[in-house]
Amino acid sequence: MSLDTVDDVLVESRGEARAERTRPVRSTIVDCDVHPTVRTAKDLEPYLARRWWDHFTTYGLRPKHGNATADPYPKAQPRAARRDAWAPNGDQPGSNLAFMREHYLDPYGVECGILSPLNPTGQGDQNIDFSIAMTHAVNDWQLDVFTRLEPRFKASIVIPYEDGEASAREIELRAGTADFAQVLFLTRTSEPIGKRRYWPIFEAAAHHGVPVALHVFGYSGHPVSGTGWPSYYIEEMTGHSAACQAAVASLVLEGVFERFPELKVVIIEGGFGWLPSLTWRLDRHWQKLGAEVPGCRRPPSEYIREHIWITTQPIEEPEDTADLIQTMEWIGWDRLLFATDYPHWDFDDPMRALPRGLDPANRRKIEAENARALFKLG
Amino acid sequence: MARHIVATAREIPEGGRKRVVINSRPIAVFHSKGEYFALYDTCPHEGGSLSAGKLTGLVQSDGPGDYRLCRKGEIVRCPWHGWEFDLRTGQSYCDPRRMRVKSYEAGTTRPSEAVEGPYKATTFPVTVDDEYVFVEV
Repeated sequence: MSLDTVDDVLVESRGEARAERTRPVRSTIVDCDVHPTVRTAKDLEPYLARRWWDHFTTYGLRPKHGNATADPYPKAQPRAARRDAWAPNGDQPGSNLAFMREHYLDPYGVECGILSPLNPTGQGDQNIDFSIAMTHAVNDWQLDVFTRLEPRFKASIVIPYEDGEASAREIELRAGTADFAQVLFLTRTSEPIGKRRYWPIFEAAAHHGVPVALHVFGYSGHPVSGTGWPSYYIEEMTGHSAACQAAVASLVLEGVFERFPELKVVIIEGGFGWLPSLTWRLDRHWQKLGAEVPGCRRPPSEYIREHIWITTQPIEEPEDTADLIQTMEWIGWDRLLFATDYPHWDFDDPMRALPRGLDPANRRKIEAENARALFKLG
Repeated sequence: MARHIVATAREIPEGGRKRVVINSRPIAVFHSKGEYFALYDTCPHEGGSLSAGKLTGLVQSDGPGDYRLCRKGEIVRCPWHGWEFDLRTGQSYCDPRRMRVKSYEAGTTRPSEAVEGPYKATTFPVTVDDEYVFVEV
């Protein structure tokens, strides 16, 4: 509710500030949502055929929404990033590995950070061949710029998810490489995510034992709400939980988990407070209406409990933290994964985000143990 | 309580800030329209460093369609989640009951009026003509 009026001048020495901000680390974490990006789009040129680089520079990215050259909603902070996450040389947040080590990996005790590139990736682009070329390029770029230089980072297999077969080919190509931890989807696809056009993706991921991560956002033509495009960023931020619920319901009711019993799904950045009530509602309706969905043979809660993991950020902040702990209990202590969302503005600090009063053993599961088991780390 | 010299006046320009550590306490010192303010440099919400935040103003309204931006440059917005605090009091306007950051007395002084200390001795060569920014802790 305020306007920016005064230009900031940061006079402190950044070197001094970083040293002081390095707090004592209680224990290491696995961070299941870190956002790398390019310094400029030109960083991707070496990984694109001449034809597609020309296409990129001529036409740009074309998601299916209005105002296609920018975010449909203005973000809370520039580049949706922490204002302290720009590198000293001006490199934008998430694009400078040396700075990310000093500013993020070391001070927060990150033993493993799972990269989720969001932009530019070409996911959901209206030109499907360009989407295929871009996602392939982004996967090569993640290896060269991050994972081969920094063993604490794992990459995501970014896929052109509107083309199931092409996505499956990309998964086949990448899944054998230890540098890739998961397949990356966004929640708002052109059709509900359990539809058969996406099944080649689930089949390939299940075959290779690689979890499929659904990160919020995605501009494949549908608003975050079920009733049209909301006016404000705050509505989009809140609406992610509704989009996640639609995704989970689609996966369960279309029979994806029945068809691919080895499939593991990670929901990223949609919060988690909604998951228990969705499960209760699905079970209740399934008792009466289940005859229509033969691909869902057991109570939906069983598929959810077996197949779905969920990240903590942006963590719910109820008045009474005991309510949050109760919600975690309902979801299952072995299914929650810690995430910071670094370098984005709604970053959750590992030292402060989880509720006080959490049982230490359960805290360790959320901070690292669940992710180590899921992604077969170390 | 003692006055600690933390900078020369010219070192923190209008709209600028400096992060200092006094008695192990991180403190953000701001310069807004000729005045100096000091806040504990840790956001009470999740710990963001306020010294990296944007200086902004306060929007006030008496009713729909009637609003004005006032107190420009006197509100700092946390660089992470955007919680806003009054430089003069440390008060949050979103949740004044639970979210408050400690504020300290700050201003400018001539060197003879402030305590001798490591900041003065090691960081700032003192000349009698210069003004210095102090924080009282």
